[in-house]
Amino acid sequence: MLQVKNLTKIYDGGVKALNNVTFDAPKGQFLAVIGLSGSGKSTLLRCINRLIDPTEGQILWNGEDVTAANPEEMRRIRRKIGMVFQHFNLVHRSKVLTNVLAGRLGYVNPAWSLLNRFPKEDMTKALQQLERVGIADKANQRADELSGGQQQRVGIARALMQDPEIILADEPVASLDPVLAHSIMKHLEEINKKDGVTVLCSLHFLDLVHRYADRVIALNEGKLVFEGLPSEIDDKKFKDIYGRDAERVG
Amino acid sequence: MNEPNKNDKKSSLWKSLGTGLAVLAGLIVYAYGFQITKIDLEQLRSERRQESLVRVTRALAQPDIFEYEQVSEAFTAPVYVTCPADGGIVEAPDTSGPYVTVTPSCAEPGEIVTVEGFKFVPNSSGPVRFVPGSDPTNVVELGNDTATTDADGSFSVGIKLPKRPSDEAQFIRVTMRRNVGTPMFTQTARETWNKIIETVFLALLATTLGTILAIPLSFIAARNLMKSVRSPLTSIALSLLGWPLGIAIGYLLVSWVGKLSVPFAENIPVNVLFVALTPILASLGLRWSLPEEETSKPSKTTQTLRLIVLFVTVLIAFYGLFQLANLAINVGLLGIAGFGSLAFLGNFLFQLGDIIAITTPVLGGLATGSALSSFLGRTGQRASEKLAPGAIRLLNILFATLAGATLFGLFGRLVEWLYQIGQPTYVLWGPLIVGGLLGLALAVTTKPKDTLSTGLVIYYVTRTVLNGLRSVEALVMAIVFVIAVGIGPFAGVMALGLHTIVSLAKLYSEQVESIQPGPLEAIQATGANRLQTIIYAVIPQIVPPYISYTMYRWDINVRMSTIIGFVGGGGIGFLLQQNINLLNYRAASAQMLAIAIVVASMDYISSVLREKYV
Repeated sequence: MLQVKNLTKIYDGGVKALNNVTFDAPKGQFLAVIGLSGSGKSTLLRCINRLIDPTEGQILWNGEDVTAANPEEMRRIRRKIGMVFQHFNLVHRSKVLTNVLAGRLGYVNPAWSLLNRFPKEDMTKALQQLERVGIADKANQRADELSGGQQQRVGIARALMQDPEIILADEPVASLDPVLAHSIMKHLEEINKKDGVTVLCSLHFLDLVHRYADRVIALNEGKLVFEGLPSEIDDKKFKDIYGRDAERVG
Repeated sequence: MNEPNKNDKKSSLWKSLGTGLAVLAGLIVYAYGFQITKIDLEQLRSERRQESLVRVTRALAQPDIFEYEQVSEAFTAPVYVTCPADGGIVEAPDTSGPYVTVTPSCAEPGEIVTVEGFKFVPNSSGPVRFVPGSDPTNVVELGNDTATTDADGSFSVGIKLPKRPSDEAQFIRVTMRRNVGTPMFTQTARETWNKIIETVFLALLATTLGTILAIPLSFIAARNLMKSVRSPLTSIALSLLGWPLGIAIGYLLVSWVGKLSVPFAENIPVNVLFVALTPILASLGLRWSLPEEETSKPSKTTQTLRLIVLFVTVLIAFYGLFQLANLAINVGLLGIAGFGSLAFLGNFLFQLGDIIAITTPVLGGLATGSALSSFLGRTGQRASEKLAPGAIRLLNILFATLAGATLFGLFGRLVEWLYQIGQPTYVLWGPLIVGGLLGLALAVTTKPKDTLSTGLVIYYVTRTVLNGLRSVEALVMAIVFVIAVGIGPFAGVMALGLHTIVSLAKLYSEQVESIQPGPLEAIQATGANRLQTIIYAVIPQIVPPYISYTMYRWDINVRMSTIIGFVGGGGIGFLLQQNINLLNYRAASAQMLAIAIVVASMDYISSVLREKYV
């Protein structure tokens, strides 16, 4: 259960990226976040695992205050929050397997990381996750040798290594073609439905929202302007979210 | 429309006036430059200078590298000084082999006769002498290398006859030297070879030393990594206090451990036993006290037990290091005595052992310092989270004052050591009070729960030190190190090494600053701590530029080490300077050639390697 209360983020330059955002994400829900570019979707997702420190407000995760956690507590919290990125954010020069194993870093003792060592169980687990996303044969290739869709699968496998209770997906399919987009979204859906992992996913296309999301929240200039079921977004709501001049394309 | 046009004209007039003035100013600057740099082509036209220039250029064009074994053969031709009555008729020479003729065969003393030689080895030379008929030992030298044969093997030279009149037939003797056998390296060439090898290894060691130390430095000199490092004042003050305390404790503790190894120092079997046992014990201890993965938080007793085991393990490891040093020294001594031509391997082991023995206590000090500092820092962090603001403020005031005083006190000690002022008011009490007050002021003005950007402070301090040291030329550093460790390549290694550290650290850190932020973010999101983030997100991204810069630096170091010898830093520079001072330009030319070859091949090799690995 994730609770976001009155979250506000003001960047150093004075830009108000989030303005008093409040919402809940119950366990096991597929929650889509929509809004124009620059509406604060990425900032919101990054505040939840404190990649960005919020200026005001509170984030409660299973009752624990994320915003007040110290570095050690943060490590324990973060390792249960998987994250998938628009640009995949793989370490290009490392092997696919290493990229996947990196998902265990929150669990592995840092002293052993110095020697680049992971426990045996993690190795087996990493191969299993790669198999799950269908690219077990690429384990020993360099990450930048893979195509975009394959790289995003590695990103998902990395998030799965964390045994996450929630996955934050920041426009996971925005740099992929429509066919690949659906295959990646299906992986997320499967993880959500089968493993009961909460998914908080920012999306651009409304058809993806209708197809995959249980619930939607919408941001406009940092403010929460809509919260409800995907089917509730009618033409008026659409204009509220995307602005007067916007037209539906998908 | 007219108005702006007029304006345009006006401004264009001003513009061209300005340009004219700028050109004039430029001319004046260059005129003064000519005066300052004493440009004077008259010097170039002077005949004396031209002669020396020709001489030196020719010497430089003939590097002293090869020589031949030479055999000399003497050939004589009779000559009458003062013509006798019969007109001085001489026998025709044997023209089957090399022969010499004198025409005319008789002349007055002081007259010039032509000495010709035929059928000699082409391009050989030798002295011409006048041998009196009455006393063959009392020869008159008529010049070295006077007779030089052309491509056909013949020569012709005019000789002024000496004042040695005699009735008897006298002789002109031409001694021709010729090269036999295969070319051999000269003494200069052999010396140059030895020194150029020294130069290359000097550069290699300096680069290795520099690279190893520059890598960790480059991380704390990178803005993007340090910007996010923030901690509360309590934590900063406590960790500042932890450093000197930890270093002192660690140094003493590890030195004590080192003393424990002294009784067995010269017993090789004992050395071997400990060196073999230590890794096993250490790995067992480490495995137990640092579990690879932990899902739940361990209990307090387990944590304490682990800490104790870790402590003992580290002590055992240091003991093992001392024994390793002893082993290396002992085996090295045996090697120096018994390996013969491979004695340098023994010396290597011996020196390695010595390095380990010297650096281990320092290492122990640094390790304990960082451990204590991070422990105290964490305690401070916890305290500032748990305690009430009032209590934190009190702690801050106490510890920040102490830390400020300690920091400035230590700085005062350094100043005292450097300048020997000897007045405790200035170098002890003054700094203590100023530091304490500054700490106090910081503690009072900082809100109790605020965090300060420690990272940026460390970043700026590191950058400043790096830039300062980088601006000191390696040549100047070499002068200091020559005084510290004596004339020789070791001083050169230290000087070049230090310069390499600071300049590579800067270049490296700029690479760290330009890495993609995405992977960094992704690795952080998995819960990785700072160290893990560096290992898994930063290092893979910076490997290619690091390799590239390291090779570039090796290249620079090879070039630098060729001149570091000018100030006594070893390498080929010493030889080069010596020969230039002795006006021995042919030898100097050999050394310049060696430098050119080495630098050019380094350039080639590094570009090939860079292409392959980057």
